[in-house]
Order: sequence, then C-alpha cells, then structure tokens
Amino acid sequence: MILTKGIGFQYNSHTQFQFPNLQCESNQALLITGASGKGKTTLLHVLGGLLKPTSGEIYINNVNICQLSSTKLDHFRGQNIGLILQKSHFIAALTVLENIELASWLTDKTKKKEKAKELLSLLGLDKCASQLPQNLSVGQQQRVSIARALINEPKLLLADEPTSSLDDENAKIVGDLLAGLAQKYNAALVIVTHDQRLKERFKSTIEL
Amino acid sequence: MIGKIAWKNMWFKPLNTVLSVILLTASVAIISLLILLQKQFEKQFSSNIDGVDLVIGAKGSPMQLILSSVYQMDAPTGNINYGEAKVWMTHPFVKTAIPLAFGDNYRGFKILGTTEEYLKKYDSRMATGVLFSKNFEVVLGSEVARKMNLKLGDTFLSSHGDAEEGEVHEEHPYVVVGIASETGKVIDNLILSNIESVWAMHHHEEEAIESVEHEHKEGEEHHHDEEAHHHEEGAEHHHDEEAHNHEEDHEITSVLIKFKNKMGFVLWPRLIAQNTSMQAASPAIEINRLFSLFGIGLDALQYLAYGIMLISGISIFIALYNTLKERKYEFALMRVSGATRLQLLLLVLAESVFLCLIGFVFGTVVGRLGLYFISNATEDDYKMAFDPFELALREELILFLITIFVGIIAALIPAIKAYRLNISKTLAYA
Repeated sequence: MILTKGIGFQYNSHTQFQFPNLQCESNQALLITGASGKGKTTLLHVLGGLLKPTSGEIYINNVNICQLSSTKLDHFRGQNIGLILQKSHFIAALTVLENIELASWLTDKTKKKEKAKELLSLLGLDKCASQLPQNLSVGQQQRVSIARALINEPKLLLADEPTSSLDDENAKIVGDLLAGLAQKYNAALVIVTHDQRLKERFKSTIEL
Repeated sequence: MIGKIAWKNMWFKPLNTVLSVILLTASVAIISLLILLQKQFEKQFSSNIDGVDLVIGAKGSPMQLILSSVYQMDAPTGNINYGEAKVWMTHPFVKTAIPLAFGDNYRGFKILGTTEEYLKKYDSRMATGVLFSKNFEVVLGSEVARKMNLKLGDTFLSSHGDAEEGEVHEEHPYVVVGIASETGKVIDNLILSNIESVWAMHHHEEEAIESVEHEHKEGEEHHHDEEAHHHEEGAEHHHDEEAHNHEEDHEITSVLIKFKNKMGFVLWPRLIAQNTSMQAASPAIEINRLFSLFGIGLDALQYLAYGIMLISGISIFIALYNTLKERKYEFALMRVSGATRLQLLLLVLAESVFLCLIGFVFGTVVGRLGLYFISNATEDDYKMAFDPFELALREELILFLITIFVGIIAALIPAIKAYRLNISKTLAYA
C-alpha cells in the first residue's frame, strides 16, 4: 500500500509541482491522469524514490521513504517497488531471462529462475526467454518489463504510460495483465497515463 | 553476477573489445619478452664469466676478445705467441690459466684446443668416456653430441676456420673419446681437444707467419719475467724436446686467467698493454659495457611498449565513454531494480579490468612465443638458447599491476559518470 501527504517538488523557481494526497491499498489500482506538463512522470519518480520530494511524506508499506539513505532507498526500491517505464530498457547484452534474474539478484542476491520462467509463461513469453531483448517486439518488451517489475513481489507496482507505444490489442493485454498480476501478487498498482483506453478500464482515477 | 554482466557486455561490442585486447596484448607481449630476454641474457652472460678474471689475447677490441674467448660469439682478435703468454700464465699471481687455441669447426661447431682446466671451470664432468690425452682426440659438449648424433669412437673430419663450408682437412680425422655433461653454458656447444691437435692441424700454414712474429717478440719477453720463463723452459726441456719446440713456436688465441692475488686484476691490463703485443681485458667490465649499450635499445623498446599500453588504455577509455550514452538507460534501469551506485561503478571497472586481464594473459603467452622463436634463432646463430617457460615473477607481477592499473584509470571517468548518474532525469528524457 502507498500513502502520501502533501508532496511537492521543485525543479527550479519556475517549475514546481504540488501534488494531491494519494492513497492506494494492496489489491487496488489507482490511475493518475493529466495533460502533459502537469508533472505526471515527476510524481511517479517521486513515488518510486527516484526523486526526493521537496516537501511532504511518502509511506510505502508504512515506511517513510523520504527518510531513507540513498543506499537503503536503492535496496528498498528493489524489494518493494516494481517500476514499469514508458519505454522498456534492458541490459542489451543479457537475455530476457537473465534480465529478469538480474532484477531479483540485485535485491537479495538470489536468482529466482523458476519464478522468472513462471512469470514469463504467465505473460505468454515462454519462447522468448533465451532471446536478446532487442529482438522482441515493443509489446513483448513491455510485457518483459512487467515480469521484471514483479519478480520481487513488490508491495507497490508503478507504471509510467505503460501502453503509450502499444496498439489497441496490446494495450488491452497489458492493461489486463497489470490489473490481474497486481491482484495475484497482492500489490498496490499506480498507473500514470493519459491513455483513454486505460481510463475506461480502471475506475479509481485522480486528475492532476 | 556483476562480473557476468561485465563479461557479457564486453562481448556485446566485440570490435571495441578486440581492438583493446590486441593493443594490450601487443604491449604486454613486448614488455614481457624484454623482461625475460634481459634477465636470461644477463644470466647467460654472467654464468659464463664465472672463474674468469681476465682474458689475455691479441690486441684489438677488448669486447671482441671477450665475446670470442668467453662466449664463442665473435671472430677472435688474432693470435698470440704461446711462449709470450706462458710468461703470464705462470706468474705467481695466477691461480689458474687456461690456454685456448681456436681450431677448425665441425658443421659449425667450433673445435677448441685447451686443457682439462677448461672443463673444470664450467664444472663439467665426463658424462661418458675419458678426457682427450692424445692428438686428435676430442671431447664433445653435450649439445654437439646430441645434435650431431656422435658417439664414443666416432670419427669426423673438420672444416677449416669457423666457416661451416670451409676447406675440409682430410689428413687428420678426429676421434670422439668423451662426451661432457650438460652445463647450460657455452661449453655444451664446443668440441674440445688438446692444443697440440690444433697446432698439428695447421702446422704447415703457420710456419710462415710464425717465423716473422717470433723474431721481434722474443726480445721483449725475456725481460719481464726472466726467472719464471727460464724455469719453465728448463722443465719443458727435460720432459720433451718436441713439445718445447711446439710451445715456443706456436700460437694460441687467448688465455683465461683466474687470479690468486687480485692485484693482478688491477695491474695487469696496463702492464700487458704497455709491455707486450697482447692485451688483457676484463670480462666483467666488457660485459657491463655491452649491457649498457644493449640497455639503450631495450629501454627504447620498453618505452615503445608502454606507449602502446597507454594507447590501449585510451582505446578502452574511448570505448567505455562512447557506449556510456547508450548504456545510461541500462544503468538507470539497474538502479531502479535495486542496484546501488557502487555496483554500477564496479560494473564499469570490471569490464575494463577484464579486458586488461585478457590482454595480460595473451600478452604473456605471445611474449613467450616470441622468445621461443628468438631462442631458436640465437641458438642457430650463437649457440645461445633462452627458456620461454622461465618466470620472472617480480617483474611480471609489476607488469601485471601496471596493466590492471591502466584498466582502472581508463575506466575511472566512465565509472564515476555511471556512479553519479541521475536516474530520474535519464528515464524522464528517454
């Protein structure tokens, strides 16, 4: 679950954002929408601990992440937050399976190979496991990044425009997978998007 | 796991990697070759000097005298009169004096007229057979016996001088009576006989030259050490009139002197140069001079090799720096997945250090391969072999550390950039 109180972020004196308070329990999904320039990505980065907010508090699983040191935050993020980005990035030299294993190794030094394979098959990617990520289609890549975000069974799943580069069919698949897997792994799901197709699917929405 | 990623990343851009590895290999190969060559060269040279304080020979280049008499590597400076040399050989300062007379060759292996002392100097014993006692009996060095496949009792004909294809002396065949044990020194490549054999072989040729030289040397000689000389001569007279004539009239190439009294080491070079037609040269001094001459060349090569290493360092740096732009998303992603800054720093360093490790391993192998070929060449030309499998632990450890250091320095800036990467910014502008 995630809970925020009065977060603000300031890039410089011209660009500053004040975000509404959010709350999202485990098993629930929250859609954050808003036009470009409203600070959607900034908010997501703040929630994910990639940016430190100028003011306010963020509680993830009852831990105030604003007070964690940088190394502890890296560790906490690895363990409790799964991030799915607008554009999927991978270690280009590693195979799909190795990329997913890496995410689990970086948090607790174990390679959850069986679990990684299970996730890949849930996402319909069994055959891609030993391929290099660059050889997959964009839709497949996005699904791989979902698998990677879920490998550590995070308490919070953050997705930044997960469907923006996908066609209708893939967008629906990804939307369903996100919702279904967040439920299965008992995670709170926060999606930042301006994609109308997702707005139709998720009820609970906050407009920036 | 970081190591595995680094390894896979290295081979993801094989051209960059291969270029860096080739450069590193080249520089490490040159340096390790030089290290081994220098070390073994000095050892080879120094081990042959043992037991020789001074070499007396004909006037000319002292280095040539040393190279020819101690290392059998160069043409001799000329001949000296045995009678004249005998004066110095029997001087009370002298502990041992080994006369050397260069004779013919057998298929490129020199036949050297000398005494039993020569074998003792090299700690060489008879592996089989006995020492030469009569004319035209020879003892073979171990290498000669092995390469020419000669056994006890075999005979062979020699060719004149040191040219392999020289005129063959058919009138006097040599008989193998002994084979010396292996020493790893020049004696392994020599055929030894008594001095009289060399004289007898060339008796007819030398007569003419000798009669001229004999005249003006005879006078000087007697002044220096009249007593010793007469004494010596007297003894010889009683023994064998024939031998006396040989020794007085004949020539030898040089004498290896070891002193009892080290004063001789200081005094003799000047004394001999001023009072006789001979010269006395110190192997230690000449070899030092040779090393310092070689040293300039070796240093230049070594600088060249370090230059190549610098270039390989720069190549690694450029390769890492260039890919940093593409890879910053990877780094940001690893941070998102829970990697710490330090792990990214290590990842970049590891890639560079791996490259250097590969370069070092290849380099040492290639360097030794090079030494093997050089060794084959020098063995054919100078009967001097190098061991490519010898370790120069200290020097190679230093080289190893330098190589790793180059790797770390080359990766430092890219690694720090990875360490300080702003993940939010990187991902936001993706």
